[in-house]
Amino acid sequence: MCCTPGLIRASRLRYKRAPAVFATSQPNRKQKRNKVNDRQTQTNSSKIALQPTAWRRFCRNRCAVTSLAVLSSLILVALITLPLSTRWYNVQSLDQGVRRPPALAPHVDKTPFALALRQNEPDAHADDATSNRADFGYEFTSWLGHDDLGRSVFYRIWPALLISLGIGLGAASMSIAIGATWGAVAALVGGKVDMLMMRFVDVLYGLPYILSVILLKIALTNPLTDLLGGQTRLAGVVILFIAIGGVSWLTMARVIRGQVLSLREEPFVEAAQASGASMGRILVRHMLPNLAGPIMVYATLVIPQAILQESFLSFLGIGVPAPIPSLGRLAADGVQAVNTFVGYWWLIAFPCGMLVLTLIALNFTVDGLRDAVDPRS
Amino acid sequence: MMPMLVRRLFWGAVTIACIYTLTFLMVITVPGNPFRQSERNMPPEAERALRVRYNMDDNWSYFVEFLSGAVRGDFGPSFTYSDWTCNQIISEAFPISAMIGLLAILIAIVIGVPTGVIAATKRDTAWDFGALALVLVGISLPTFVTGTFLLILFAVHLQWAPIGGWGTLAHLPLPALTLSLPFTAYIARLTRVGMLDVMGSDFIRTARAKGCDERTIVWKHAFKIAFLPVLSYLGPATAQAMTGSFVVEKVFGVPGLGQHFVNAALNLDPGLIMSTVLVFSALLVAMNVAVDVLYAWADPRITAAV
Repeated sequence: MCCTPGLIRASRLRYKRAPAVFATSQPNRKQKRNKVNDRQTQTNSSKIALQPTAWRRFCRNRCAVTSLAVLSSLILVALITLPLSTRWYNVQSLDQGVRRPPALAPHVDKTPFALALRQNEPDAHADDATSNRADFGYEFTSWLGHDDLGRSVFYRIWPALLISLGIGLGAASMSIAIGATWGAVAALVGGKVDMLMMRFVDVLYGLPYILSVILLKIALTNPLTDLLGGQTRLAGVVILFIAIGGVSWLTMARVIRGQVLSLREEPFVEAAQASGASMGRILVRHMLPNLAGPIMVYATLVIPQAILQESFLSFLGIGVPAPIPSLGRLAADGVQAVNTFVGYWWLIAFPCGMLVLTLIALNFTVDGLRDAVDPRS
Repeated sequence: MMPMLVRRLFWGAVTIACIYTLTFLMVITVPGNPFRQSERNMPPEAERALRVRYNMDDNWSYFVEFLSGAVRGDFGPSFTYSDWTCNQIISEAFPISAMIGLLAILIAIVIGVPTGVIAATKRDTAWDFGALALVLVGISLPTFVTGTFLLILFAVHLQWAPIGGWGTLAHLPLPALTLSLPFTAYIARLTRVGMLDVMGSDFIRTARAKGCDERTIVWKHAFKIAFLPVLSYLGPATAQAMTGSFVVEKVFGVPGLGQHFVNAALNLDPGLIMSTVLVFSALLVAMNVAVDVLYAWADPRITAAV
């Protein structure tokens, strides 16, 4: 590890010297190829060496590290409880379970309705046969209370976290796929095409965000549901992040275009061009390692925005499809419950607390990442 | 100055035309027929008659008719609100949203800018962390949650404001405050970053060296430059705030313009979609031109460059 700064310095020296070598001497082909190979190994080593330094810089930022730890432990808990929550998230307790306040003791529902529900689930049925717990009724974990339909908030909040993060990640990858490609192509082609492409981005900035999301969602619903074989719930979630990602790539396109434009002027790209590397090779081997930082930062910036957007769409009633929980939907449902009957605090406190915790942790992590990748900003 | 203004206005008009075309394309490609929203299908003759009434018998003539109407300031009839023209809807809702939006932007500047400056000058103290907390709440709580909290606190418990609706001045502050929170947070963040950037530069050191007192340095020398990014953010932000927010209008029961953006899209009402988009983009372009003019006034080097 201790030798990495030296490696970087060595490779930088080589970059500086490289164009001079090609300008002054005309070496034979074999020698030239050797030189190129030599330089590429140097590029690789500097690329590998750069990332640990960024990582070390990130680790020095205590706030960012704490946020990352909080975020990963939340995800870990969500994953651990996933087998239980997929079973429980939509099970209702109608016997004193509706809007039941939080309690440490589990809530036992002995009504035939709960038992009937239980018998509808094949794996729960098997469970009954072995443990014979059917006599005791249905045991609900009510640590975080129950919602309007008597469902346990505890087993809804963890899958909700995963769904919200999934929508965020999906939207972020959409914005990488469209935005980074758009920006890079505009910058590399240049000229009139560049101008037209960036004008198009300007025009899209002028469209009201919410309108484009809704129209995209309406346009995509039928084709995507068909494509996914009529699985309406899955299609509903996928459409959501495609619609959000489809309108949040604009900033990414601008940033990547600027980065590629400035990278194009760098001496090492010039050197690669002089040594006869193709455009694709330059893009992949020389520019992409330098673009990875900004792409990652702006993609992670999209995640919290997408989660907020999804909560807004849930509030409109066009978020994730009905029984599926997402943090935004839980918060929106909670707000409705509080609006009409003041007092059901747990329906709003826990989902909103989780939402705020997730978004704050995400924002701090992103800030830390940005500082680590680009110390100038 | 004048040539720049003319050029900006020209490009603004081109941008609006492009936005109009794009919206039109989206509206006609999105599946769903505004004539088939109800359960019963109407007889073909009636549909044809309606299409003639709304100039929708073919796409191209609708495109031209709507555009020429819009240029003359007439957006035509609405589909879903069949007794209303789009002009009536917008002229009723826009002043309300504009009032709330302008007040929200004013609150955002009045709270956000000093917060950012204080956070930057008292870096890493309790002030900085307090500002950070405000920013984080503004960024990471959805408006429907903050709005509901404010409503419960000020309208239900303290009874300082009416619970909802519109009509008197007392209805104004709560929606404006709710709407301003994300803008406040963003402005505070921009100001803080800008101030930190400027405070490290050479001319500030010079000002300190010649014995300038700290308040003059912060507010007279540094702030003028740190405010420029905030200024360019204010253009689109004002346009956005003035065209209303669905959430704020729903939480506080305000009959503003934001609900029409959402409802027009959900009902696939072509006339209303295009007229709201045109209002928004015209406002956006106007605000951006205004910001450019202010920029040139604040930083004379810009005019020299343009």
